[in-house]
Amino acid sequence: MALNAEESGRLAALLGGHAEQVTARWTEIVTGSLRGRLSQAELRRQVQDLHSAIATTAGQGVVDLSAESSGELRAALTELSRGRARQGFSASETTISIFALKDVLAELVQKDGGTNALHDYIAFSKLVDELGLFTFESFVRTRESLIADQAEQLLELSTPVVKLWEGVVAVPLVGTLDSARAQVVMERLLQTLVDTGSPYAIIDITGVPAVDTQVAQHILKTVVAARLMGADCIISGIRPQIAQTIVALGIEFGDIATKASLADALRHVLRLTGVETARRQPRRDV
Amino acid sequence: MERVPILKIGDILLVSIQLDMSDQTAVQLQEDLAERIVDTGCHGVIIDITALDIVDSFVGRMLSTIASISKVLDAETVVVGMRPAVAITLVELGLSLNGIRTALNVERGMELIAAARADELDYQLDDDPDAETATP
Repeated sequence: MALNAEESGRLAALLGGHAEQVTARWTEIVTGSLRGRLSQAELRRQVQDLHSAIATTAGQGVVDLSAESSGELRAALTELSRGRARQGFSASETTISIFALKDVLAELVQKDGGTNALHDYIAFSKLVDELGLFTFESFVRTRESLIADQAEQLLELSTPVVKLWEGVVAVPLVGTLDSARAQVVMERLLQTLVDTGSPYAIIDITGVPAVDTQVAQHILKTVVAARLMGADCIISGIRPQIAQTIVALGIEFGDIATKASLADALRHVLRLTGVETARRQPRRDV
Repeated sequence: MERVPILKIGDILLVSIQLDMSDQTAVQLQEDLAERIVDTGCHGVIIDITALDIVDSFVGRMLSTIASISKVLDAETVVVGMRPAVAITLVELGLSLNGIRTALNVERGMELIAAARADELDYQLDDDPDAETATP
């Protein structure tokens, strides 16, 4: 797929000789495809970077994208696709920035019209294809790493363990509970129990949209594990529909205390620990 | 052969398991512990497993046996310091330590034994109306 020394020499001459014209036409074509989501000046800068990278690489002789000498070109392409991926452009909007070079080259070759114009154009075209594929691949790679980062952040964000009282911690569960999240919640809760020495934990499921047998199984496992370690768990925040689902599915919570609200659960725990929750006396007018 | 040390703190015997238990060590520990309970007249046994990375069915059964022996000798057994990873593994394996009380750390374990002991004494006092008049 690589260009030989002769071809790349002609490519370098073509690009170097008409530098201004090439970047102008290239920018013009790409602008149309991006529908004004990127400023003209920035686009021009990107195109100039690419142009100089390609021209420099071609000037060095044989152009082979996988070779050592094409490092600068690869870096320029990777930077372009990474930037586009982060700015939320689609894959075709990104690769078209590269494929636009074909049109530019076609016009140039047609005008100069040497004896081996067709042969040159086909060779250049193959190179541009290669560049496009490389861009597409790094675009996808950037997107994948973005998604992986976000999934991890979501996992981190969604499972806080809060201290509610001396010796009482609470886990407000929000969102659907799958196996991976349940595992994280379980580990974090148990670790917090050990770290703080709290003998009571409240699992609040107000934010869990649906409780099926699998979710119930995860919660039960957490409770049993906490018991093995010597802590007691209370489940709170059971909404009416969820109570109905639990009964309909035949899920047994056994002797695990369940409360309707977090406040009830806290009051229950405080009563167990022997803390007096004094009711405020109504103020009497003198 | 290695032996597990048994420490007496007040009314409580503290056993801290720091090594991998073999059949022999386990049997030896059970014998030693039974002897010490009778000798000292302690009413509480705390088994600390903070150092254990793995609790399998063998260790689980050993803990159950120790708890049963202590129960017969009128001593309450509390297993303390189980690691989260150990607890998760036990749950995943479906093993439950039946008849064993657990606490998060030694301090909580001592509180638990003290509370259980207090309940028992209250109960005995209530049960026996002469007890109060008999004490000066």
